[in-house]
Amino acid sequence: MMQVKVWRGKADGAFQEFEVQRHASQTVLDVVTYIQRALDPTLAYRFACRVGMCGSCAMTVNGVARWTCRTHVDKVVTNDQMEIAPLRNLPVIRDLVTDMREFFDKWAKAKGQFSGALTKNEDFQKVKPDSPARVAVDAGIECIGCAVCYSSCDVVSWNPEYLGPAALNRAWTLVKDERDTHSMDRLRAVAGDAGCHSCHTHMSCTERCPKQISPTAAIAGLKREVSLALFRKTL
Amino acid sequence: MNAKTQTLLWVAQRASAAVLGICVLVHLATMVYAVRGGLSAAEILGRTRGSVAWLVFYSLFVLAIAVHVPIGLRAVLGEWLGWRGAAREWGLILFAALLGWMGMRAVLGVFL
Repeated sequence: MMQVKVWRGKADGAFQEFEVQRHASQTVLDVVTYIQRALDPTLAYRFACRVGMCGSCAMTVNGVARWTCRTHVDKVVTNDQMEIAPLRNLPVIRDLVTDMREFFDKWAKAKGQFSGALTKNEDFQKVKPDSPARVAVDAGIECIGCAVCYSSCDVVSWNPEYLGPAALNRAWTLVKDERDTHSMDRLRAVAGDAGCHSCHTHMSCTERCPKQISPTAAIAGLKREVSLALFRKTL
Repeated sequence: MNAKTQTLLWVAQRASAAVLGICVLVHLATMVYAVRGGLSAAEILGRTRGSVAWLVFYSLFVLAIAVHVPIGLRAVLGEWLGWRGAAREWGLILFAALLGWMGMRAVLGVFL
């Protein structure tokens, strides 16, 4: 058995304690699901795919933001105790559910939408898989939007306007996308206090990303591209 | 403040950091040399007065400080005290001028 403290209520809520049986290969999401189905059906939490693809189930487990569906209890439990809270840096709706609007609105502010030059009547534009620009974003395009990086970022907590690691990583993947036509607008959007120049290179995002992406490297790339644009007088 | 100005500030801070890295090393090495060699204040002044090389070196040092410190402080004020906006920028411009004035006063004090 283990003691599991689960956050209940909104930002001013409190932890509620549950006793949960331990099993082999049990995930943190299994624990939360068990609590809701067997112990307290009013517990609110969010999940969808259960296999690490959708990015819905991220929570703060023992103080660290994690994807709960791929986090084994064995890996995080200490002295048969575990604490599960909603993600940091996002408004809490209820229990373990956070409001993700701000997180995704910042993707839009970072010009995270692809805009190509071709129409559906034309053939696909080919991108060489081994071209340097494509290789530079090989990892970055695997982002599942779980907000673990955003929740782990101290700059987000200090500067609410800061776009955050995920939005900047998304911008980086588009800046390096040779099919995209709005790179300069994007560089303007991600420069400055709310963008890449506010990153302190703490690397918490890189440390915690469940997909082993390095948003820090993406942000460094954006700083480089923005500086080059400044010197070329195209910014 | 627009993207261009903010990017320029970032580049200026990185560039001034590179200059400061070299200046601090030279400054420390000079101090260690002066202390270990047992140079008196008069002997030190004898070497710095009228020396254009030291004037240029320490003027560059002061300029790098006047650029680097306010830009760093700008982030600290924004992130820790929540102070943003035009008042902060003007305050920091004044602070940069103060650093430059105090620094150059010291430099000229040992040159003239």
